[in-house]
Amino acid sequence: MSEYTEKMRQIAGRLLKDCTVEMVIGFRKGTMPMMNEPCFVTAPEDADSLVWDSNCGINLANYLTNRKEKIAVFAKGCDSRNIVNHIVENKIQRDQLHIIGVPCTGMIDKRKIHGMVDGEILEVTETEETVKVRTADAETLLDKKEVLQNNCALCIHRNPVISDEMLADPVEEQTDIDRYADVRKIEEMGDEEKWQLFEDLLAPCIRCYACRNACPLCYCPTCFVDESKPQWVGKGQDPIDIRTFHFLRAYHCAGRCTDCGACQRACPVGIDMRLLTRKLEKDCQEQFGWEAGLSLDSRPALDVYQTNDPEAFIK
Amino acid sequence: MQNPYIPYPVRIDDITVEAEDKSLKTFKFVFLSDGDEEKFAYRAGQFAELSIPGKGEIPIGIASSPVEKGFVKFTVNRAGVVTTHLHNMRAGDLMGLRGPLGNCYPWDLLEGKNILIVGGGFAFTTLRSSIVYMLDPANRSKFGNIDVVYGARSPGMLLYKDELVEWEKRDDINMHITVDGTDDPDWKYNVGFVPPITEQKAPPGGPDTYAIVCGPPIMIKFTQPVLEKLGYAHDHIIMSLENRMKCGFGMCGRCGIGKELVCKDGPVFTLDQINQTPREY
Amino acid sequence: MTLLTIDKQNWTKGLTAAADQYQLFGPVKDKDQHQFKALTKGQVPDLDLVNTRLSPKDLIFPQSETIIEYSLDESQADHHIMKEAAKDYSPRAVVGIRPCDAKAVQLVKLNFDAPDVKDPYWLQAYEATTFIGMACDAPLSTCFCTSAGCGPYNAEGLDILMMDQGENYLAKVLTDKGQAFADAAGWNQATPEAADAFMAAKDAAEAKIVSTISTDNLVDTDLLELHGASFWDDVAFACLNCGTCTFSCPTCWCFDLQDEVHGKSGVRMKNWDSCMFPIFTVHTTGHNPRETKTQRVRQRFMHKLKYFVDKYQTGIMCVGCGRCVRQCPVNIDIRRVCALMNSFKPADACAAQG
Repeated sequence: MSEYTEKMRQIAGRLLKDCTVEMVIGFRKGTMPMMNEPCFVTAPEDADSLVWDSNCGINLANYLTNRKEKIAVFAKGCDSRNIVNHIVENKIQRDQLHIIGVPCTGMIDKRKIHGMVDGEILEVTETEETVKVRTADAETLLDKKEVLQNNCALCIHRNPVISDEMLADPVEEQTDIDRYADVRKIEEMGDEEKWQLFEDLLAPCIRCYACRNACPLCYCPTCFVDESKPQWVGKGQDPIDIRTFHFLRAYHCAGRCTDCGACQRACPVGIDMRLLTRKLEKDCQEQFGWEAGLSLDSRPALDVYQTNDPEAFIK
Repeated sequence: MQNPYIPYPVRIDDITVEAEDKSLKTFKFVFLSDGDEEKFAYRAGQFAELSIPGKGEIPIGIASSPVEKGFVKFTVNRAGVVTTHLHNMRAGDLMGLRGPLGNCYPWDLLEGKNILIVGGGFAFTTLRSSIVYMLDPANRSKFGNIDVVYGARSPGMLLYKDELVEWEKRDDINMHITVDGTDDPDWKYNVGFVPPITEQKAPPGGPDTYAIVCGPPIMIKFTQPVLEKLGYAHDHIIMSLENRMKCGFGMCGRCGIGKELVCKDGPVFTLDQINQTPREY
Repeated sequence: MTLLTIDKQNWTKGLTAAADQYQLFGPVKDKDQHQFKALTKGQVPDLDLVNTRLSPKDLIFPQSETIIEYSLDESQADHHIMKEAAKDYSPRAVVGIRPCDAKAVQLVKLNFDAPDVKDPYWLQAYEATTFIGMACDAPLSTCFCTSAGCGPYNAEGLDILMMDQGENYLAKVLTDKGQAFADAAGWNQATPEAADAFMAAKDAAEAKIVSTISTDNLVDTDLLELHGASFWDDVAFACLNCGTCTFSCPTCWCFDLQDEVHGKSGVRMKNWDSCMFPIFTVHTTGHNPRETKTQRVRQRFMHKLKYFVDKYQTGIMCVGCGRCVRQCPVNIDIRRVCALMNSFKPADACAAQG
């Protein structure tokens, strides 16, 4: 990972010095264990503030929306698919971007790690395979594979699908991954059990909209929950409004979501809203043979109509 | 403890359409409960929250004057959810009124002084309240010369047309009514934007003269240099700001500009005070 | 001021007795985090925590609260008359609130209890509440209360301040309200000789605070110069404009008023709102005084660390609880921003000196 950091600093410095781009978007070291802060660099001498490690789970494509500059951005597999989506949906032009592809073996899940140790975590360091967690009383060594974010554990697009240069050689893609085991379990539940599951899932929601705002797909100038003419959704804590927000947002991301996990990572109360988005991802795959963000040449499945589109839902 | 969130129940007594495109209506409210009108005692320059159950509330400058008893009047522009609903209401309908809110024009400071009033479009409401107040026989002698420059896009968009004509005939107030343009051959008054008409007709500034300016941002932007040219110091130019509001009494935090709250420390500020705030309004 | 010793055997007994006269609230573990919740009779608060994920401000200032009710049914005599919603302000007590959160309530009170206008919902809930605080002996590395006008043993806003001595609690009764609670709980073992132990524990706790901020220059820095500083774009870039910081912060109090109608009746609600949200300041015309993210982020930090300082002259609107630092999804750190603001020098000032 430290070689990634070194390379990023070199590339950023180079791109800024020879004016290929006006700004470089990446991460700088955070002030908290397992956190990095998205940042932009415009001066070549500031390139040394860039870092990269397994705490770069926020999707940097989110920061490209509607920008006008020439931008270099570091993109993991999922981020790169969101960039494809952004270009297809006209949120940024291809020729504005210098994409530096970052082959990725997964980001670690700070919530999972907090749950595995006692006491305040003071420092977290990592190697290729391990994560060392230091508290006041102890040091715990964890297997990185055990503490990956769920979406990373299930990832089948670790390598960027679009880039102007690659940071490193591609990594091996995971095979035989069942992305939908938990989704199928829910599909098989009876109505009452399902209702209770969703009620429990969304009960902690405080309507902070961190999930929506971290998502590159959520770029509507006025989100449907903020609309007042007419007002679609109440703004209080009524569970009906909370469920409406989450379900409808998942539907708005259907066929576009790359499962980058930024939404879940951003949520301050740990809601697993990916259960909803992955259900819709599964539906798009099964009904339309569609996977989001893989090619600049195709529009998202729910954007186009084919005469042989499945119509089983029309009774 | 008085609950500042609870409106006084009022009934719409009368509705007058002010603008030819029907976007502006003046609503006359009467209080349902005895004693509420007295509790609502206000001064020219203040505003109130018009409260419609089921829809919401809107902060609107009070157009009637404290010397007018038995009712309160507001002129409302149809713009969003609440104002559209209000425009579709009828005489006899019930709603609520919260107020009076905000500070008023600095009447104590203005006593004995000459007043220039510059107004544009439908921002003229609290200026009407001020003019009626000053022209009242009990108050007229407290003030020096009164000059008014008031303009709208066309004759049909001027507010309070009948009153403007009456004031124009008086000799204790100098009216300079203007429109941006008109094809009415019988138009008796000025044609031109408010800033140049102000430059032509307004009295010069000085230690004994104050300007009260109320209008759309574009009018203010071009009127300010004119007033400066005429010699009005920034602390002699009085303005009324607008901002997004909800509670209207300084608690929800929404209308703040720097450490001022437009609903409570304002909406009336001198240009001098405004220049010391970050311009987030 | 009395100093009581409460044997831990008497702790549950006392709380159960007090529960006859007070609705008790305290930290309760909910999956992986603690939250302040209403306690059932006999339930004790779980004090094995440093602090809750969200602050206890929602006990006095609920996230969503009905304040007005009305009928829209024209066949009813009182249709379209807006009435105050009925509330229950019977005595309640918060057990285990930390000194930072208790001081925060006092800062929020400056807003809701103004000399000329008062929020009856907030104020009545506040006056009905007895605050029983628990001092912090093991602050987190993100706690910076001692340099934010507070501290792990700060007494401001508390009716009783307790500390954990292992076998027993020491409880400093600070007010009449606190005494009334102690009486209701039957805690009456006065031990004035424990005062030194209390002080020693306070000193030890304060020494454990490792994070500090500097605020000494904020008062004298020119407001407009600070507003125009060049670092705001860099500070604001990562921000998602979500409500996490504002909702978890005990000193944030902005709110929204919303009407909701169900059939022929409706309510007006007071909901938490956030200056981070893009529509917070948008006018009906579509004009938005803070239409960019940088303007909104700047507003939050300027409000907390400058406007509030100028307006009330009682320090910053932050108690150093560290929740925003721990929970911001992109790790924007108020301590870093405060350092930028406190060390800011206007450009022409430098030129004049140089």
